[in-house]
Amino acid sequence: MAARERPLSPHLQVYRFAYTMALSILHRATGIALSVGMLLLAWWLVAAAGGEAGYTQVVTCLGSVPGKVVLFGFSFAFFYHLCAGLRHLAWDLGHGFEKATARRSGAAVVIVSLGLTAALWALLLSRGAA
Amino acid sequence: MSLQSPLGRVLGKGSAKSGFHHWWVERVSGAALVPLGLWFAFAVAALPDHSYATVRQFIGQPCHAVLLVLLAATATYHSRMGLQVVVDDYVHGKGAKLVVTLLLNFIHAVLGVAMVLAVVRLSLGGAA
Repeated sequence: MAARERPLSPHLQVYRFAYTMALSILHRATGIALSVGMLLLAWWLVAAAGGEAGYTQVVTCLGSVPGKVVLFGFSFAFFYHLCAGLRHLAWDLGHGFEKATARRSGAAVVIVSLGLTAALWALLLSRGAA
Repeated sequence: MSLQSPLGRVLGKGSAKSGFHHWWVERVSGAALVPLGLWFAFAVAALPDHSYATVRQFIGQPCHAVLLVLLAATATYHSRMGLQVVVDDYVHGKGAKLVVTLLLNFIHAVLGVAMVLAVVRLSLGGAA
């Protein structure tokens, strides 16, 4: 049977790209990244509970350059998911659906999450720990 | 602006199934993770160093141990809820969905128990 043209519901390809779409996808992507990154938190805690030798190995690994890159990404993913999550909670309460408001809140999420990431790493650097 | 359908508004009813519960606990756990996560990130970053002695002393304080257990449990729960939405969206077929769901349950159970037990052990000073 020949394929028939059927009406499709609107999907990604038919919309003109708007950065709020990327932000929405990033919320899900950072959520998945945080789930995976939770392994790091578990690794750190379990190593600490296991004693000094294993813990020191973990901290050395996390303190290496690749370790720091992963932790930096993890921290940004956390702050982004947190800020975007608050934006979602506001929507769930029925606020901020106007197009202009939604664009502004999207930009605010990016700026605040970058700011929080910078603040965290400034604090780490000031402690000489990063 | 209301997203309710006219029929739903007249009947005064919401979802007929268990979807609302999932939606609700995902948001409640997410809201709880805002203060817990911010506290953890900045409290750990503010430590003078991340040596074994410092971190053990940090987790050894009862209020820190309580917050860490809450963080570990809530983060595990929120992760499990969030990933289920991803599975529901992208994993098709009854068999595949069942396998992935059970696998995620297993991983999260192990992770959650391991993190909580680690904090309890450090808190009670069991490690050498």
